[in-house]
Amino acid sequence: MSIEEKEEFRPKIVAFCCNWCSYAGADLAGSSRLSYPADVKIIRVPCSCRVNPMFILRAFEKGADGVILCGCHPGDCHYSTGNFYARRRMTLLFSMLDYIGVENGRTRVEWVSAAEGVKFSQTMNEFVEKVRSLGKNVRLEDLRCRQ
Amino acid sequence: MQAIINRAKELLADGTVARVLGWKAGDLPYNPEPAYFETEESLKDFVYNGFCGANLSKYMIEASKLEGKTMVCLKPCDTYSFNQLIKEHRVDREKAYIIGVGCKGKLDIEKIRKMGIKGIESISGAELTEDADTLTIQTLYGEKTCAYADAMLERCHVCKGKEHKIYDELIGESKDTKDADRFEEVKRIEAMSPEEKFAFFQSELSKCIRCNACRNVCPACSCRKCVFDSNKFDSSQKANADSFEEKMFHIIRAFHVAGRCTDCGECSRVCPQGIPLHLFNRKFIKDIDELYGEYQAGEDTTSKAPLTSYTFEDAEPSIVGKRG
Repeated sequence: MSIEEKEEFRPKIVAFCCNWCSYAGADLAGSSRLSYPADVKIIRVPCSCRVNPMFILRAFEKGADGVILCGCHPGDCHYSTGNFYARRRMTLLFSMLDYIGVENGRTRVEWVSAAEGVKFSQTMNEFVEKVRSLGKNVRLEDLRCRQ
Repeated sequence: MQAIINRAKELLADGTVARVLGWKAGDLPYNPEPAYFETEESLKDFVYNGFCGANLSKYMIEASKLEGKTMVCLKPCDTYSFNQLIKEHRVDREKAYIIGVGCKGKLDIEKIRKMGIKGIESISGAELTEDADTLTIQTLYGEKTCAYADAMLERCHVCKGKEHKIYDELIGESKDTKDADRFEEVKRIEAMSPEEKFAFFQSELSKCIRCNACRNVCPACSCRKCVFDSNKFDSSQKANADSFEEKMFHIIRAFHVAGRCTDCGECSRVCPQGIPLHLFNRKFIKDIDELYGEYQAGEDTTSKAPLTSYTFEDAEPSIVGKRG
């Protein structure tokens, strides 16, 4: 009797989390022992506004299947207004990605405060599930990165 | 054209301006090129005709650093770019003497070629002297004609209006040539399925040879140091290696001018591969209009740009999926 090898698709998710709210929210999720999939790789940024549209494209280039940006709730930004700018930028970028044919389920913005560990883990669970259902991202990937 | 030359001579003679920025004839009858004229004699080479599509606003960035004033010829749509450059402190209004030149739509040689008119030796009807509705083209294979409106650049079919937004004096009549919806094609693409959209852009963008002409000509793309010249950018200074790099370049190019692009259409005009680059810019313009209120870059020099302002009630990025 042989053991059947079951290859399940595990999406690669990049999460940009702002230092002041969402990263602390992720910490809280951890210390509260709430689980979220290990497929999510968190990158800490000083503010959601630090995320250049190029970062998101770059993540897709290097083989990410989904990219999520988390920041403070609008109005709660550590730098007062950073997330307002990020919100406009990301809206336009996501709209553009949708326009060139990348399913919009692969990109997401979620506001997570430092007290919302539960929301953080829920969001990540949902997002990973969504990207898993969409499958591997072949649209925006540098084929040279695939070994 | 003679009126512009006469006025230019006067201004040069009385020392109001040190040079004139206009167009001179190119090697072929249909490719006049931007040029400086510093003496009255050199103005004999000055041309202004239906093929003078080039937007001279961007040249004023360099001209603003020169000694003395520059007389610059701007068409109605070029004045939007000039306004935008003033807003961004890239040009000096004091250094420019703006002659608002008349425009009745500019011609696209590629459209004429697509009609099967080849071996062009000379073209008449493009001189803007009278209201010519037809172009008479002398070719190696005989004389051909085509309607002026059929040979117009795509951007002239969605003309922003015949009004000059900024000028010192006006010479010549302008005409509003708008006869199509600016966002028609964008809407058509938006209605496609993700696969179709992707295939459409794949086929268009795979033509890109990364000559950077779209960036170099763009009046909004005027950073001293460009991200595409940085050796940290994946496809800097080389052709795109794969379809990802093509898309990355074009998304980033359009994003960098989002909210500042006046939709002058120069990017599409200069593209040697005929990529409809305006489709990217117009998508951003359409989104900005729909989400953050109507905004025309370059209409004035004081309003706040959509990407450097915000409101508390702005739409969340999830709206992209909801709009369908």
